[in-house]
Amino acid sequence: MTAAAESQALPRRRVSPLARAWAFVRRHTITVFGLAALVYLMLPIAIVVVFSFNDPAGRYNYTWEGFTTEHWTNPFGPPGLRDAVVASVEIAVLATVAATVLGTLVALALVRYHFRARGVANLLIFVPLTAPEIVLGASLLTLFLNLGTALGFWTIVIAHVMFCISFVVVTVRARLVGFDRHIEEAAMDLGANEYVTFFRITLPLIAPGILAGALLAFSLSIDDFVITNFNSGTEITFPLYVWGAARLGVPPQVNVIGTMIFAVAIALMLANVVFQWRRIPKGAQ
Amino acid sequence: MTFFHRHRWLTPYVLLAPGLAFLFLFFVVPLYYLSYTSLQEGTVQIGYTFTWAWENYSTAIRQYDKQFIRSLQYAGIATLLALLISYPLTYWIAFRGGRWKSLLLLFIIAPFFVTYLIRTLAWQNILSDDGFVVNVLQFLGLVSDDGRVLATSTAVIAGITYNFLPFMALPLYVSLEQIDESLIEAAKDLYASSTKAFLRVTLPLSMPGVIAGTLLTFIPAAGDFINAELLGTPRQYMIGNVIQSKFLVLTDYGQAAALSVILMAVILVLIVVYTRLVGTERLAG
Repeated sequence: MTAAAESQALPRRRVSPLARAWAFVRRHTITVFGLAALVYLMLPIAIVVVFSFNDPAGRYNYTWEGFTTEHWTNPFGPPGLRDAVVASVEIAVLATVAATVLGTLVALALVRYHFRARGVANLLIFVPLTAPEIVLGASLLTLFLNLGTALGFWTIVIAHVMFCISFVVVTVRARLVGFDRHIEEAAMDLGANEYVTFFRITLPLIAPGILAGALLAFSLSIDDFVITNFNSGTEITFPLYVWGAARLGVPPQVNVIGTMIFAVAIALMLANVVFQWRRIPKGAQ
Repeated sequence: MTFFHRHRWLTPYVLLAPGLAFLFLFFVVPLYYLSYTSLQEGTVQIGYTFTWAWENYSTAIRQYDKQFIRSLQYAGIATLLALLISYPLTYWIAFRGGRWKSLLLLFIIAPFFVTYLIRTLAWQNILSDDGFVVNVLQFLGLVSDDGRVLATSTAVIAGITYNFLPFMALPLYVSLEQIDESLIEAAKDLYASSTKAFLRVTLPLSMPGVIAGTLLTFIPAAGDFINAELLGTPRQYMIGNVIQSKFLVLTDYGQAAALSVILMAVILVLIVVYTRLVGTERLAG
């Protein structure tokens, strides 16, 4: 083995350019593949952005007809689009606040305390994450049908809170696990009571985790189609608007709003990446 | 002293109560109503009554066996493709990413920030009959001159693969990133070839990510109906399409609920078999 390895290694300097090229290819294949995969991931996003500037001839925004900024200056042109976006944002805000509060409390209980019902609690958090969305949506619909509840804005909010809670719990819990409880003990030693300690020490320290959970909940809510579709009644959210428009040809303004949501989300994520770069001292990782 | 100071053991339950009560009411109870509805018969006009209508199940299986099998096939192929794309991609980011890791990771999550329906519509655009993908495939002779990609099972599977790829890539990345590179170096020092070191060290250590990723991709993919609707035709319809139209268009609630229960049961059985085959203890890793 050793001899074979050496005989391969030694005459390396004299190998033909072709062999050297082959070695180069072998070394960098994975880089080429990685970059190609990134292009693949970005391709539909690029299409969405590019076609928000298209000037389609007919109803269908499929082929490039010419550049225009008309849709960006008038993003709410098509009837009903503004109402749909407003409804989506309202639902997302309400669902995020509720899911973040409920989920953070659950995460605190799961990380901080030992209690009997722990297994059941974990199961109740975990199972909604693994159930197919269509089953979540359909089962909630059967609840409302059997109880005779009118479907609309509030049934959508309930549905969104339901599927967001688990995601918030998982995100906040991840943050709480690495929490140094000595800091809290120090505060108590210095005379702070439990409430002061919680609001002045614990909450600020876990705030980034809560914020991450809230952002996740917001983006899940504003993007949700399947569960909303089942529980919306006649209420129209932005994804439902797109679904309805898909049959008749989607107006380019949908691309404009899609691009806006994408840009805001990416800006927030980039801010987070930069923030992390600054926080980690050089050589710490 | 307040009540809570005297009954400290109550604190975790007080924290858990609101969140878990919400999940119980709007996740567990709906599952009961889903099964309850699946044994009802009737129409919107005369109302629905519970009659132990087991024929909802037998008819559902007899009439929609094709869509069931198709769902599992499409989801299975898409999961495999997502794994084949994600593994080299996340390997590249985890081992060659260096300082750019978190930025490259952002590329993987980026598709999530474009509304699901909008990114699927972008694929409709990319795969459309006069789009460049079809033109290239026609040029290469892979698609006949009057052939198309859109409205075929290829398009539906491609759409599912793309839409659920981040679910595969993120857990894969997490488990690859945790691997201590000195283990791979040690294997090579002990004369393992690169291939052997990969097969005997890297791959086994990344198995928790592979298992989590395949489950997280397969489950939502099997219940999906958006890709079949927007990129396929009724000949590509999956079980999700049947459930959606029976609930929301045909108001055939009994059968729709029966189909949802069957879908959930099939997925649960597959998860149990799969985790038994690969070993659950690896999931914890």
